[in-house]
Amino acid sequence: MLTDNAYSGLNDTHMDVLQEIGNIGAGNAATSLSVMMGTPVDISLPKVNLVGFNEVADVMGGAESIGYGVLVSLEGDIDGMMMFILDKRFAHQILNVLMGGSYENFDELDEISFSAIKEIGNILSASYVNSIAELTGLRINLSVPSVSIDMIGAMLNVPIVKFGAIGDKVLFIEEQFCSNQEVASSHMVLFAEIESLNLILRKLGLM
Amino acid sequence: MGMLVVGISDLKIALPPDNLITYALGSCVGICLLDASTHVGGLAHIMLPESRVAPADHNVAKFADTAIPELIKQMEKRGANRGRMKAKIAGGAKMFSVTGTGGNSAMWQIGERNVASVKAMLQKFSIPVMAQDVHLDYGRTVQFNPATGVMTVKAINKPTKEM
Repeated sequence: MLTDNAYSGLNDTHMDVLQEIGNIGAGNAATSLSVMMGTPVDISLPKVNLVGFNEVADVMGGAESIGYGVLVSLEGDIDGMMMFILDKRFAHQILNVLMGGSYENFDELDEISFSAIKEIGNILSASYVNSIAELTGLRINLSVPSVSIDMIGAMLNVPIVKFGAIGDKVLFIEEQFCSNQEVASSHMVLFAEIESLNLILRKLGLM
Repeated sequence: MGMLVVGISDLKIALPPDNLITYALGSCVGICLLDASTHVGGLAHIMLPESRVAPADHNVAKFADTAIPELIKQMEKRGANRGRMKAKIAGGAKMFSVTGTGGNSAMWQIGERNVASVKAMLQKFSIPVMAQDVHLDYGRTVQFNPATGVMTVKAINKPTKEM
Protein backbone atom coordinates (compact mmCIF):
# COMPACT_ATOMS: atom_id res chain seq x y z
CA MET A 1 0.00 0.00 0.00
CA LEU A 2 1.35 3.38 -0.91
CA THR A 3 1.16 5.62 2.09
CA ASP A 4 1.20 9.32 2.66
CA ASN A 5 4.43 9.98 0.96
CA ALA A 6 2.83 9.02 -2.18
CA TYR A 7 4.59 8.33 -5.38
CA SER A 8 8.00 7.64 -3.85
CA GLY A 9 6.69 4.11 -3.19
CA LEU A 10 6.45 3.32 -6.90
CA ASN A 11 9.01 0.83 -8.15
CA ASP A 12 10.27 -0.02 -11.66
CA THR A 13 7.43 -2.44 -12.35
CA HIS A 14 4.89 0.22 -11.44
CA MET A 15 6.65 2.67 -13.73
CA ASP A 16 6.63 0.17 -16.61
CA VAL A 17 2.87 -0.17 -16.28
CA LEU A 18 2.39 3.60 -16.13
CA GLN A 19 4.59 3.85 -19.22
CA GLU A 20 2.35 1.33 -20.96
CA ILE A 21 -0.71 3.40 -20.03
CA GLY A 22 1.09 6.37 -21.56
CA ASN A 23 1.81 4.41 -24.77
CA ILE A 24 -1.80 3.33 -25.19
CA GLY A 25 -3.05 6.82 -24.35
CA ALA A 26 -0.72 8.40 -26.90
CA GLY A 27 -1.88 5.93 -29.55
CA ASN A 28 -5.51 6.81 -28.87
CA ALA A 29 -4.67 10.51 -28.91
CA ALA A 30 -2.88 10.27 -32.27
CA THR A 31 -5.89 8.57 -33.83
CA SER A 32 -8.34 11.16 -32.47
CA LEU A 33 -6.16 14.07 -33.53
CA SER A 34 -5.69 12.65 -37.06
CA VAL A 35 -9.45 12.38 -37.47
CA MET A 36 -9.99 15.87 -36.10
CA MET A 37 -7.32 17.46 -38.28
CA GLY A 38 -7.92 15.39 -41.40
CA THR A 39 -4.21 14.72 -41.71
CA PRO A 40 -2.05 11.95 -40.25
CA VAL A 41 -0.60 12.74 -36.83
CA ASP A 42 2.05 10.56 -35.23
CA ILE A 43 3.00 10.60 -31.59
CA SER A 44 6.38 9.42 -30.41
CA LEU A 45 6.40 7.02 -27.49
CA PRO A 46 5.77 9.26 -24.53
CA LYS A 47 8.27 9.68 -21.72
CA VAL A 48 6.62 8.97 -18.39
CA ASN A 49 8.31 10.36 -15.30
CA LEU A 50 7.70 11.24 -11.70
CA VAL A 51 8.55 14.86 -11.06
CA GLY A 52 8.54 16.86 -7.84
CA PHE A 53 5.87 19.55 -8.01
CA ASN A 54 8.46 22.26 -7.51
CA GLU A 55 10.25 21.04 -10.65
CA VAL A 56 7.27 20.53 -12.96
CA ALA A 57 7.40 24.04 -14.38
CA ASP A 58 11.19 23.89 -14.81
CA VAL A 59 10.90 20.80 -16.99
CA MET A 60 8.65 22.83 -19.30
CA GLY A 61 10.96 25.81 -19.66
CA GLY A 62 10.43 27.64 -16.36
CA ALA A 63 7.54 28.83 -14.20
CA GLU A 64 7.17 32.04 -16.17
CA SER A 65 7.05 30.50 -19.66
CA ILE A 66 3.72 30.84 -21.41
CA GLY A 67 1.58 27.88 -22.32
CA TYR A 68 -1.95 26.80 -23.06
CA GLY A 69 -3.30 24.82 -20.13
CA VAL A 70 -6.37 22.63 -20.30
CA LEU A 71 -7.55 21.32 -16.95
CA VAL A 72 -10.02 18.49 -16.40
CA SER A 73 -11.16 16.91 -13.15
CA LEU A 74 -11.37 13.13 -12.93
CA GLU A 75 -14.33 11.80 -11.01
CA GLY A 76 -16.14 8.52 -10.48
CA ASP A 77 -14.08 5.68 -9.01
CA ILE A 78 -11.02 7.90 -8.74
CA ASP A 79 -10.40 11.48 -7.68
CA GLY A 80 -7.81 13.41 -9.60
CA MET A 81 -7.00 16.11 -12.10
CA MET A 82 -5.24 16.13 -15.38
CA MET A 83 -3.62 19.18 -16.86
CA PHE A 84 -2.65 19.21 -20.47
CA ILE A 85 -0.08 21.83 -21.39
CA LEU A 86 0.38 22.65 -25.03
CA ASP A 87 3.43 24.03 -26.67
CA LYS A 88 2.54 27.47 -28.08
CA ARG A 89 3.71 26.64 -31.60
CA PHE A 90 1.83 23.35 -31.66
CA ALA A 91 -1.38 25.00 -30.50
CA HIS A 92 -1.13 27.57 -33.28
CA GLN A 93 -0.34 24.87 -35.83
CA ILE A 94 -3.41 22.87 -34.88
CA LEU A 95 -5.55 25.97 -34.93
CA ASN A 96 -4.29 26.92 -38.37
CA VAL A 97 -5.16 23.49 -39.73
CA LEU A 98 -8.54 23.32 -38.02
CA MET A 99 -9.66 26.87 -38.54
CA GLY A 100 -7.82 27.67 -41.76
CA GLY A 101 -6.36 30.78 -40.16
CA SER A 102 -2.86 32.04 -39.51
CA TYR A 103 -2.57 32.37 -35.78
CA GLU A 104 0.75 33.56 -34.53
CA ASN A 105 0.14 35.09 -31.16
CA PHE A 106 -2.26 35.04 -28.26
CA ASP A 107 -3.87 38.35 -29.06
CA GLU A 108 -5.50 36.87 -32.14
CA LEU A 109 -7.21 34.14 -30.20
CA ASP A 110 -10.96 34.52 -30.39
CA GLU A 111 -13.76 32.64 -28.71
CA ILE A 112 -13.83 29.90 -31.36
CA SER A 113 -10.09 29.23 -31.17
CA PHE A 114 -10.37 29.06 -27.41
CA SER A 115 -13.10 26.44 -27.79
CA ALA A 116 -10.94 24.53 -30.27
CA ILE A 117 -8.01 24.44 -27.81
CA LYS A 118 -10.41 23.27 -25.13
CA GLU A 119 -11.67 20.51 -27.40
CA ILE A 120 -8.14 19.35 -28.24
CA GLY A 121 -7.28 19.23 -24.54
CA ASN A 122 -10.48 17.32 -23.93
CA ILE A 123 -9.71 14.75 -26.64
CA LEU A 124 -6.16 14.21 -25.48
CA SER A 125 -7.09 13.97 -21.78
CA ALA A 126 -9.87 11.54 -22.64
CA SER A 127 -7.41 9.41 -24.63
CA TYR A 128 -5.24 8.92 -21.56
CA VAL A 129 -8.09 8.54 -19.12
CA ASN A 130 -9.74 5.93 -21.34
CA SER A 131 -6.54 3.93 -21.49
CA ILE A 132 -6.44 3.90 -17.68
CA ALA A 133 -10.15 2.99 -17.54
CA GLU A 134 -9.75 0.18 -20.09
CA LEU A 135 -6.77 -1.39 -18.36
CA THR A 136 -8.26 -1.16 -14.88
CA GLY A 137 -11.98 -1.55 -15.49
CA LEU A 138 -12.55 1.55 -13.34
CA ARG A 139 -15.27 4.05 -14.12
CA ILE A 140 -13.71 7.47 -14.65
CA ASN A 141 -15.62 10.57 -15.70
CA LEU A 142 -14.07 13.75 -17.02
CA SER A 143 -15.37 17.19 -16.16
CA VAL A 144 -15.87 19.88 -18.78
CA PRO A 145 -12.37 21.22 -19.48
CA SER A 146 -11.25 24.72 -18.47
CA VAL A 147 -8.65 26.51 -20.50
CA SER A 148 -6.16 29.24 -19.67
CA ILE A 149 -3.20 30.92 -21.36
CA ASP A 150 -0.69 32.10 -18.81
CA MET A 151 2.52 31.40 -16.94
CA ILE A 152 2.84 27.62 -16.62
CA GLY A 153 3.78 27.90 -12.95
CA ALA A 154 0.69 29.92 -12.13
CA MET A 155 -1.64 27.49 -13.93
CA LEU A 156 -0.08 24.58 -12.07
CA ASN A 157 -1.07 26.17 -8.76
CA VAL A 158 -4.57 24.83 -9.22
CA PRO A 159 -3.90 21.07 -9.18
CA ILE A 160 -0.92 21.48 -6.87
CA VAL A 161 -3.08 23.21 -4.30
CA LYS A 162 -5.62 20.42 -4.43
CA PHE A 163 -3.18 17.51 -4.34
CA GLY A 164 0.07 19.07 -3.13
CA ALA A 165 -0.77 18.40 0.49
CA ILE A 166 -0.86 14.67 -0.26
CA GLY A 167 2.18 13.87 -2.30
CA ASP A 168 4.97 16.00 -3.52
CA LYS A 169 5.38 14.25 -6.84
CA VAL A 170 3.23 14.13 -9.93
CA LEU A 171 3.09 11.83 -12.92
CA PHE A 172 4.48 13.69 -15.88
CA ILE A 173 4.03 12.55 -19.48
CA GLU A 174 5.94 14.20 -22.28
CA GLU A 175 5.17 13.46 -25.89
CA GLN A 176 6.17 14.61 -29.34
CA PHE A 177 3.62 15.03 -32.09
CA CYS A 178 4.58 14.91 -35.76
CA SER A 179 2.36 16.10 -38.55
CA ASN A 180 3.47 17.11 -42.05
CA GLN A 181 7.12 17.09 -40.99
CA GLU A 182 6.41 19.49 -38.16
CA VAL A 183 7.31 18.37 -34.66
CA ALA A 184 5.79 19.82 -31.52
CA SER A 185 5.65 18.75 -27.93
CA SER A 186 3.03 18.69 -25.26
CA HIS A 187 2.96 17.70 -21.63
CA MET A 188 0.41 15.97 -19.54
CA VAL A 189 0.46 16.16 -15.78
CA LEU A 190 -1.62 13.72 -13.77
CA PHE A 191 -2.50 14.43 -10.16
CA ALA A 192 -4.43 11.92 -8.11
CA GLU A 193 -5.51 11.27 -4.55
CA ILE A 194 -3.31 8.61 -3.03
CA GLU A 195 -6.31 6.27 -2.58
CA SER A 196 -7.01 6.64 -6.29
CA LEU A 197 -3.45 5.80 -7.23
CA ASN A 198 -3.56 2.76 -4.94
CA LEU A 199 -6.81 1.69 -6.54
CA ILE A 200 -5.35 1.95 -10.04
CA LEU A 201 -2.27 -0.06 -9.07
CA ARG A 202 -4.43 -2.69 -7.36
CA LYS A 203 -6.66 -3.04 -10.42
CA LEU A 204 -3.57 -3.45 -12.55
CA GLY A 205 -2.52 -6.34 -10.29
CA LEU A 206 0.52 -4.51 -8.97
CA MET A 207 -0.36 -4.56 -5.31
CA MET B 1 23.06 42.73 -5.85
CA GLY B 2 21.84 39.22 -5.18
CA MET B 3 18.44 37.91 -6.15
CA LEU B 4 17.10 35.41 -3.64
CA VAL B 5 14.52 33.11 -5.19
CA VAL B 6 11.59 32.10 -3.01
CA GLY B 7 10.00 28.83 -4.20
CA ILE B 8 6.46 27.55 -3.78
CA SER B 9 5.69 27.10 -0.06
CA ASP B 10 8.89 28.87 0.86
CA LEU B 11 10.03 32.04 2.64
CA LYS B 12 13.25 34.02 2.74
CA ILE B 13 14.75 37.11 4.38
CA ALA B 14 16.92 39.70 2.61
CA LEU B 15 18.82 42.87 3.42
CA PRO B 16 20.05 45.45 0.87
CA PRO B 17 21.58 45.16 -1.65
CA ASP B 18 19.81 41.80 -2.07
CA ASN B 19 16.35 41.48 -3.61
CA LEU B 20 13.73 38.80 -3.24
CA ILE B 21 11.74 37.24 -6.07
CA THR B 22 9.04 34.60 -6.41
CA TYR B 23 7.79 33.34 -9.78
CA ALA B 24 4.36 32.65 -11.19
CA LEU B 25 1.92 33.12 -8.35
CA GLY B 26 -1.46 31.79 -9.43
CA SER B 27 -3.88 31.18 -6.57
CA CYS B 28 -0.87 31.37 -4.25
CA VAL B 29 -0.12 34.64 -2.46
CA GLY B 30 3.21 36.45 -2.12
CA ILE B 31 3.60 38.41 1.13
CA CYS B 32 6.31 41.07 1.29
CA LEU B 33 7.17 42.42 4.75
CA LEU B 34 9.55 45.27 5.50
CA ASP B 35 10.89 47.02 8.55
CA ALA B 36 11.90 50.30 6.86
CA SER B 37 14.21 51.37 9.73
CA THR B 38 16.49 48.36 9.51
CA HIS B 39 15.66 47.46 5.86
CA VAL B 40 15.13 43.86 6.85
CA GLY B 41 12.75 42.47 4.22
CA GLY B 42 10.98 39.15 3.91
CA LEU B 43 8.97 37.34 1.26
CA ALA B 44 6.73 34.31 1.72
CA HIS B 45 4.97 32.32 -1.06
CA ILE B 46 2.01 30.58 0.55
CA MET B 47 -0.18 27.99 -1.13
CA LEU B 48 -3.07 27.34 1.28
CA PRO B 49 -4.97 29.45 3.81
CA GLU B 50 -4.88 27.24 6.90
CA SER B 51 -2.48 24.64 8.29
CA ARG B 52 -5.21 22.68 10.06
CA VAL B 53 -6.28 21.06 6.75
CA ALA B 54 -3.02 19.10 6.70
CA PRO B 55 -1.85 18.48 10.27
CA ALA B 56 0.85 16.06 9.11
CA ASP B 57 2.44 18.67 6.90
CA HIS B 58 5.23 20.44 8.74
CA ASN B 59 6.18 22.95 6.06
CA VAL B 60 5.10 26.14 7.84
CA ALA B 61 5.73 28.22 4.70
CA LYS B 62 2.93 26.43 2.86
CA PHE B 63 0.09 27.99 4.89
CA ALA B 64 -0.84 31.64 5.46
CA ASP B 65 -1.54 31.15 9.17
CA THR B 66 1.86 29.59 9.91
CA ALA B 67 4.04 31.30 7.29
CA ILE B 68 3.37 34.87 8.49
CA PRO B 69 4.39 34.25 12.15
CA GLU B 70 7.51 32.39 10.92
CA LEU B 71 8.41 35.22 8.52
CA ILE B 72 8.07 37.77 11.35
CA LYS B 73 10.18 35.60 13.67
CA GLN B 74 12.97 35.17 11.12
CA MET B 75 12.97 38.90 10.31
CA GLU B 76 13.28 39.72 14.01
CA LYS B 77 16.28 37.39 14.25
CA ARG B 78 17.91 39.60 11.61
CA GLY B 79 17.19 42.77 13.57
CA ALA B 80 13.69 43.80 12.50
CA ASN B 81 10.96 44.93 14.87
CA ARG B 82 7.41 43.69 14.28
CA GLY B 83 5.94 47.00 15.45
CA ARG B 84 7.50 48.73 12.44
CA MET B 85 6.61 46.13 9.82
CA LYS B 86 4.49 46.95 6.80
CA ALA B 87 3.15 44.56 4.17
CA LYS B 88 2.55 44.43 0.43
CA ILE B 89 0.79 41.45 -1.09
CA ALA B 90 0.09 40.00 -4.55
CA GLY B 91 -1.52 36.92 -6.08
CA GLY B 92 -4.64 34.99 -5.12
CA ALA B 93 -5.92 34.72 -8.69
CA LYS B 94 -8.51 32.33 -10.06
CA MET B 95 -6.58 30.82 -12.95
CA PHE B 96 -9.34 28.77 -14.55
CA SER B 97 -12.94 29.77 -14.89
CA VAL B 98 -15.10 26.78 -14.26
CA THR B 99 -18.56 26.40 -15.66
CA GLY B 100 -21.24 24.28 -14.05
CA THR B 101 -22.03 23.41 -10.48
CA GLY B 102 -18.48 22.75 -9.33
CA GLY B 103 -17.34 26.27 -10.17
CA ASN B 104 -18.17 27.77 -6.81
CA SER B 105 -16.68 25.03 -4.69
CA ALA B 106 -14.12 25.92 -2.05
CA MET B 107 -11.31 24.55 -4.20
CA TRP B 108 -11.93 27.02 -6.99
CA GLN B 109 -12.17 29.92 -4.55
CA ILE B 110 -8.77 29.09 -3.07
CA GLY B 111 -7.16 32.34 -4.32
CA GLU B 112 -9.74 34.44 -2.53
CA ARG B 113 -9.48 32.36 0.62
CA ASN B 114 -5.69 32.70 0.57
CA VAL B 115 -5.93 36.50 0.34
CA ALA B 116 -8.52 36.64 3.13
CA SER B 117 -6.40 34.45 5.41
CA VAL B 118 -3.25 36.51 4.70
CA LYS B 119 -5.07 39.74 5.54
CA ALA B 120 -6.54 38.27 8.73
CA MET B 121 -3.10 37.13 9.91
CA LEU B 122 -1.51 40.50 9.12
CA GLN B 123 -4.28 42.22 11.01
CA LYS B 124 -3.71 39.92 13.98
CA PHE B 125 -0.10 41.15 14.12
CA SER B 126 -1.22 44.77 13.48
CA ILE B 127 0.79 44.91 10.27
CA PRO B 128 -0.80 47.32 7.77
CA VAL B 129 -1.19 46.34 4.10
CA MET B 130 0.28 49.27 2.15
CA ALA B 131 -0.31 47.90 -1.35
CA GLN B 132 -1.97 44.92 -2.98
CA ASP B 133 -2.41 43.42 -6.43
CA VAL B 134 -4.70 40.46 -5.88
CA HIS B 135 -7.53 38.32 -7.32
CA LEU B 136 -8.50 38.49 -11.05
CA ASP B 137 -7.50 35.66 -13.37
CA TYR B 138 -3.81 35.81 -14.26
CA GLY B 139 -0.41 34.75 -12.94
CA ARG B 140 2.05 37.16 -11.33
CA THR B 141 5.78 37.26 -10.61
CA VAL B 142 6.71 39.37 -7.60
CA GLN B 143 10.01 41.04 -6.83
CA PHE B 144 10.68 42.88 -3.57
CA ASN B 145 13.45 45.37 -2.89
CA PRO B 146 14.14 45.85 0.84
CA ALA B 147 16.23 48.96 0.15
CA THR B 148 13.26 50.87 -1.27
CA GLY B 149 10.29 48.79 -0.13
CA VAL B 150 9.06 48.63 -3.73
CA MET B 151 7.15 45.52 -4.81
CA THR B 152 7.29 44.93 -8.57
CA VAL B 153 4.54 42.82 -10.12
CA LYS B 154 4.90 41.31 -13.60
CA ALA B 155 2.22 39.51 -15.61
CA ILE B 156 1.87 38.23 -19.18
CA ASN B 157 0.76 40.89 -21.69
CA LYS B 158 0.30 43.48 -18.94
CA PRO B 159 2.34 46.51 -17.93
CA THR B 160 4.72 45.97 -15.00
CA LYS B 161 3.44 47.51 -11.77
CA GLU B 162 5.68 49.11 -9.16
CA MET B 163 3.91 49.53 -5.88
